[in-house]
Amino acid sequence: MLQGIDPGFRLSIFIIAALFLLAITAAWIAPHDPENAQPQLRLKDPGGEYPLGTDHLGRCIFSRVVFGIRISLFIGLVVVLLSALIGTILGGAAGYFGGVLDEVIMRVVDAFLSFPSIFLALAVIGFLGSGLSNLMLSIILVEWTGYARLVRSEVLSLQGREFLEAAKSLGASDLYIMSRHILPNILPSVLVMATLSVGYAILGAASLSFLGLGVQPPTPEWGSMMNDARPFIRSHPLMMVFPGTAITVTVLAFHLLGDGIREKLNPRFEVDKQL
Amino acid sequence: MPILLLVSIIAFSLFYLSPGDPAEILLTGPQGPPDPATVLEFREREGFNDPAAVLYLRWLSKVVQGDLGYSYVSGGKVLDAVLSSFHPTLRLALISLMISLIISFPLGILSAVKQGSVIDGLGMTISLLGVSVPNFWLAYLLIILFALKLDILPVAGYGQEGDVEHLILPAITLGISAAAVTSRMIRSSMLEALEQDYITAARARGLSERMVVLRHALRNALLPVITVVSLNFTYLLNGSAVVETVFAWPGIGNLMTRSIFSRDYPVILGCMLFLAMLTLALNFLTDICYYYLNPRLRHVAGN
Repeated sequence: MLQGIDPGFRLSIFIIAALFLLAITAAWIAPHDPENAQPQLRLKDPGGEYPLGTDHLGRCIFSRVVFGIRISLFIGLVVVLLSALIGTILGGAAGYFGGVLDEVIMRVVDAFLSFPSIFLALAVIGFLGSGLSNLMLSIILVEWTGYARLVRSEVLSLQGREFLEAAKSLGASDLYIMSRHILPNILPSVLVMATLSVGYAILGAASLSFLGLGVQPPTPEWGSMMNDARPFIRSHPLMMVFPGTAITVTVLAFHLLGDGIREKLNPRFEVDKQL
Repeated sequence: MPILLLVSIIAFSLFYLSPGDPAEILLTGPQGPPDPATVLEFREREGFNDPAAVLYLRWLSKVVQGDLGYSYVSGGKVLDAVLSSFHPTLRLALISLMISLIISFPLGILSAVKQGSVIDGLGMTISLLGVSVPNFWLAYLLIILFALKLDILPVAGYGQEGDVEHLILPAITLGISAAAVTSRMIRSSMLEALEQDYITAARARGLSERMVVLRHALRNALLPVITVVSLNFTYLLNGSAVVETVFAWPGIGNLMTRSIFSRDYPVILGCMLFLAMLTLALNFLTDICYYYLNPRLRHVAGN
């Protein structure tokens, strides 16, 4: 099945499959409770019972990194799913119905795009408070605009094509045309953008958690683990290296996957958003 | 103009939806929180109880006059705080922009010209890594190497005015992150230019490859690159939120995160509005550059 696929794409599939497997089996693989603090065991070096050592509260870093996969994948997938859904509905409506609706929706998109993305996310959290749900909301508010623009332009490019005219002349309803004729045509592009943006969503969530504004301790999350490690950068740099590597590998895998799928489906666009 | 209005509505709605009571925050002094009766009386007197639309219009009329209100924490003018923190951010961003362009131009052009070669593969791998490494992680890798192990650069801080040492690590961090994205864009825009008929024509005329690439392909690939430069600036602004915090750089990203922790809503709102205006101005500038550098657009508009 994987014959003839370029090595980067194959690697990404392998890494992502492994990540999902680890996320599901985290409870069996992690040797310790990721939230169990044992102050007498704090800041142990890697080795023995604690493969990656312990953090400033004596929690097992390996267990925390493994459990961290769960929350990162969860955030990445939910954020992308919801922003793709919102963006597709609004962008689709704008492109299909045109007129005032199009004007209003696209001006709102422009307004959202005038805030540098991470500052918009920061402001959402600043006003509404930190925590997992506001973290996800803040990234969705940044991400949906990309899908809205993409879907709108895809829908516009379909306008006037024969199969749409035919469906219309047969008296098909708007809803039928949108779901049966337009959606299947725009889905590949949306899929590519979605895959490419899972990595960005995970990166954004980690950045905000690193600032102390996302997932809150003691929940094991890579960005907030790195935030915890900041005071110990001089004496225990490894405490930061492990979660940092985990984020990089995960984001890299999703970028490779997105690139691979893009090359297969070949829609022409760049995802130029980065939190 | 309508976009500015929408921007202000989005910003104000977020502010309005915040769970804290601004009246209570304003009245909280060193002696602790105020008693509820005082808060009620204050809300009535200062008009906090009016409907959201009225509050919005009152706020907007002040903003239009350049009055962004006062900080809950320092009591100083928000506009002053935002402007004085923007100077370090701009300084950092300009140096990072230079670093990013110095890295990404040769990398992007070389990758495109030698498409499919080892150099291309290496260049694209580096840029892929660059996009995937979180900038705060890159920042700490650089700190561990240059500040802690080699001990040749300061860990963090701003130093004195005009001090360069403190600028190097944050600028390199931001520059590399931005270069990763930029070099990919330059590569794809160069590849597109190299496929055009006039390149085949230039080669057919027997021009040297160097001439073809630099005079014909690059010049035409430059137009999209203007967008890249302005996008780059936006990346740098975005990156500044995290990188400035890591390096304790007293810029607008740092101001924003500090204000969030102290729930200094007027400052958060001020930063938001300022950055939105900046982005819009930047986009406008990009359009103007496009217009002047692209003869085709100029002629269309001239007719």
